[in-house]
Order: sequence, then C-alpha cells, then structure tokens
Amino acid sequence: MSVASTTSVTPRRGQRLPPVLGVVLALIALWYVAVVPMNARETLTQAERAGAIIDPPTAVDRRDMSSWALVARNPGLLGASWSLDRPRLPAPHQVVTELYASTIDEEINGRSGIVQSGTLSNRSLVYHGLVTLNATFLGFVIGATLGVVLAIGIVHSRVMDMSVMPWAIVSQTIPIVALAPMIIVVLYSVGVQGLLPKAVISAYLSFFPVVVGMVKGLRSPDRMQLDLMHTYNASKARVLWALRLPASVPYLFASLKIAIAASLVGAIVGELPVQKGGLGARMLAGSYYGQTVQIWAALFVAAALAALLVWAIGAAERRALRRMGMAP
Amino acid sequence: MTLAWLALPVWLVGYGINIAIARGPAHDRRWARFAVPAIFGLTVLAIWELLVRGLGVPAVILPPPSQIAATFAANPEMLWRDFVQTILKGALSGYAIGCGAAVLTALAVDRSEYLRRGLLPLGNFMAALPIVGTAPILVMWFGFGWQSKAAVVVLMVFFPMLVNTVAGLRDTTAMQRDLMTTYAASWGQTLIRLRLPAAMPFIFNGLKISTTLALIGAIVAEFFGSPTLGLGFRISTSIGQLDLGLVWASIVVAALAGTAFFGLVGQIEKRVTFWHGSQRKG
Repeated sequence: MSVASTTSVTPRRGQRLPPVLGVVLALIALWYVAVVPMNARETLTQAERAGAIIDPPTAVDRRDMSSWALVARNPGLLGASWSLDRPRLPAPHQVVTELYASTIDEEINGRSGIVQSGTLSNRSLVYHGLVTLNATFLGFVIGATLGVVLAIGIVHSRVMDMSVMPWAIVSQTIPIVALAPMIIVVLYSVGVQGLLPKAVISAYLSFFPVVVGMVKGLRSPDRMQLDLMHTYNASKARVLWALRLPASVPYLFASLKIAIAASLVGAIVGELPVQKGGLGARMLAGSYYGQTVQIWAALFVAAALAALLVWAIGAAERRALRRMGMAP
Repeated sequence: MTLAWLALPVWLVGYGINIAIARGPAHDRRWARFAVPAIFGLTVLAIWELLVRGLGVPAVILPPPSQIAATFAANPEMLWRDFVQTILKGALSGYAIGCGAAVLTALAVDRSEYLRRGLLPLGNFMAALPIVGTAPILVMWFGFGWQSKAAVVVLMVFFPMLVNTVAGLRDTTAMQRDLMTTYAASWGQTLIRLRLPAAMPFIFNGLKISTTLALIGAIVAEFFGSPTLGLGFRISTSIGQLDLGLVWASIVVAALAGTAFFGLVGQIEKRVTFWHGSQRKG
C-alpha cells in the first residue's frame, strides 16, 4: 500500500470529487438492486402469508430455484424487499435509520440515554464505539511507543538487528489475530480484564508495522549526512536526536497509519470472546440473533472510526511535515 | 526454582555467542545471517521452557514449548485436516479469486480515467477499513462451510490488490509509452510488453500484503461459525476446554503456513521481477 500511495498522482480536490461521487452513487444504486434478489425468498414467504398468489405456490418448490428466477416470475410482489424486518441484505436507508436510532435517538429519547440518565446508553453505538476506541487508543500508544524504542535499539545494536529483525519481519507474515482469543482468556484467568486485554492485542498488531517502518526511517540518512555529524564530533545520542529522528518522521507517519488501522481491527477482534461491550461484541450479538441491520450499523460505525483515525494521523502528518519544511 | 535461575546463564550464553558472531569478522556471511536469529529464537524457547517449569506456571496459562511440540506431534491428522479446511480451502481459494478479480478490475478501470479517479481513493479508503467485520454477514449468507471464509478473504484482499495494481499499471514513463507509440503498438501489445511487466513489483507488493490478510480473514471468519474443523474453530473450542497446548499447536500451524505462503510469493517475485532494483545486489 505504501508503494501505491507514494506514486499515485493525486489531482486537486475540486477535480477529484465528482468521479468519487459518481462511483459512490453507482455503488449505492447497485446495492438497492442487489437487495431484491437477496431478499426475494423471505419477501415472497411474507407475501404468501399475507394471502398473495406466488408463481411456484409453495416454499418447497421455491427452495431449489435461483433468486433471479423468483424475481423474474413475481415482479409485482417484491416491493417489501426494502423494508423487511430481518433482511439478508438490508437496504441502505434501513442501515441509516438503524444508525440514527441506535445513536442520536437512543441517547436523546431512550430511557437509559445520556439525556435522561446522565450516562451513555449501553444499547447505543456511541457507547460501544467509545469502548472500542478506548482499547484502540491505549493499544496504539503502547504498541507505537514500544515499536519506536525497539527500532532505536535495533539501529544502534548490530546484535539486536541481526537477532530480532528477522523475527520482526517473519512475524508480519503470521496471522497474529489468531492469538486474540487466547490472550483474552489467559489474561482473564489471571484476573486482568476490561480494557487491558483488548489493548494488548491492539498493541501487538500495531507494534510490528512501527518497528519495520521506523528501522527504515532511522536508517534513511545517507552517508554524507552521517559523515557531517561525524565531523561535528556528535555523540550517538546527538546523531539520533538531531538527524535520525527528524529524518524518520515521514516513515513514522506512514507506519502509524497502518498501525492505527491494525489497532482497530485488534480491538474489534478482541471483543469477540468476551461479550462486554464494544463494536465486535455488537457484531457477534447481531450474528447470534440474526439482527442483520444491527451488524451493518456496527460495521458502518467501525468504518467511520477507521476513516476518522487514519484521517487524523494524516492531518497530523501534513502539519508536522509542513512545520519541518518537508512538505509544501 | 533452580530451573528458573538456569534461565539467566542460558540467556547470557546465547547472547554472548550472538555478540561474538555479530562483532566478529564473519558477521556478513550467509551462515551468520541465519545463525544469529536462529540462536536468538532457540534461546527464547529455552528460557520460556525453564521459566514455565521452574516457576510452576500452570499449563492453562502458558504451556512450555515441549508440551506444545508434544501436542503438535500427537495430533498430526487433526491439524492437517484443519490446515486443509482453513488454509487450502478457505484462504487460498479466496486469495486466488480476490486477487484475480482485483487485477481484472484494475485492467478495466485503467481504460477509463473517470473510473480510475473515482475508484482509487475509494479503494485506498476501503483498504484501511476493518473488513474482518463483514465476517458475520458473509457467514450468514454463505453458510458455515469454507465458502463463507473464502468470501471474507476475497473482500479483504480485493482492495489492497486493486490499489496496487492500478498504481503499478501507471508506473511507466512518458518516454517508454512514446516508444510503444512509435512502434504503433496496440493497447493490448503495450499492456503485455510494457505495462504489465512494469506493474509487476506493485502487483507482487499487493500479493504479499494479501497473503497475511487472507489467513487472518479465513481464521477470524471461523470464530463466527464453522463446521467442526478448521484452525479458527480449533483455537476457539480448545480455549473453551482450556487445552492451551492444542491452541498453541494450531497457532504454530497458522504461523508456519503464513510464513511458507509469504515465502513462496516472495520467491516467485524474485523470479519474475529479477530486473527490479530491489532484487539486485549492490
């Protein structure tokens, strides 16, 4: 991804928006169309119960038919596809309605909402989003700090470089999330629970991108610059502070963006085994009880969080690079 | 307790050997580059074993490596079936479909400037999203079998792959394109002779990122429902039975599979993009 983002030409905002808008609108239209065949069976069953006559009259006959064939034979009866109670694929407006109902509406009008009870409702996505966000932040801070420290160690010690770095690279190829349930359960059994176990997974996931990126960044000053520091008789600490760390800032931000996205994934996956709130718990609960709209709403909140976090780091990056004179 | 104290000299010896090799004259040799991390890994394993046994850590919290190895050796058939279900059926098929679809989409997108400008920022955006979250939905749609896992993998690898391929297809200089124009090369000829080869480093970058994503998708999707086999299933049920040896053995399988998969793609990359600066020495 890093290769892609550095070379793709980014046109000015005014030129870029219309194509993006066009594609997004096309995708939403496609979504509305896809809702019909996805929900055809359920819709027709409901219509049958309401007394309508359907082309293959019994559900048994319909079971072996493809969704598109059902749609083609009963075009007049599918209006309810977009407003089912438990659709296989909810329509976009249903997701938006659920989003509104489980955030603003729940908090303002709900009995346990913030307006009436003074605390965030545990049925609202605001509450669950904040639970996930807390774990994400804590894990991200721990992981990024440890990553930077280890990278500094690796750059300064050849033994550490030769013994730790290959493992850091290999660990990138391992599906680390597989460890998540174990970490949660093991920490739970020794009495640690709440925020910390999830943060540990987040930290673990965000740790390695930072190590690899920072090692690259701290090594980015070239021979000439290092020689100059050498002629100043600069100490190692001074070289680190005045040359290596400033030079590594672009690399740091590039890996922080990957790290915070990974951190969010870690927090969400970490919420699966212990059902104590958070977006991951919401998704799993939704999948247990067949509440598809609830899963989609949680998914959209997670997507919005990811976008917000990556955007925030991007904004910090632009600011920092501009102040350092590295970007226009 | 004495075993726990033994960990200290073991660490000192391992570290001492590594310092000797790293500071010695042979630190740039091939065997040294291999031996130092290997010694480090073995030392960590030995210390793990000694500390767990010496301090009497219960096996339900952290089993010693010897127990993990014993569990691994005792259940080769079960772990192999899990491997086939999760890695070969779920992850690999999804990986092939997802990456193939992404490359074809990139070729289609590439012909239209409007589509490219519309899809590329979206693809970049989607690549950063926690797509694992779609797992419960896809399990609901495609059932508990490996098909739903493959579907999650398709979604996870599609966007990083698309973004990389689109970027790679644009990575030619005006001079190179002009040369193709002077040869009166058609779009297809330019694609095969110039732009696809030029895009290969980017495509392989996407393929390598996708290997890890594919395994993550296949394993996490099994946490949302699976038949009674598969690595994710094994991990989540063994934790329920507090059989941590089996959990760790499954993780070892996943780790080995991930490393081998990544290494394989890396080797193919070396063969295909031998001309690229990052593959040449010096």
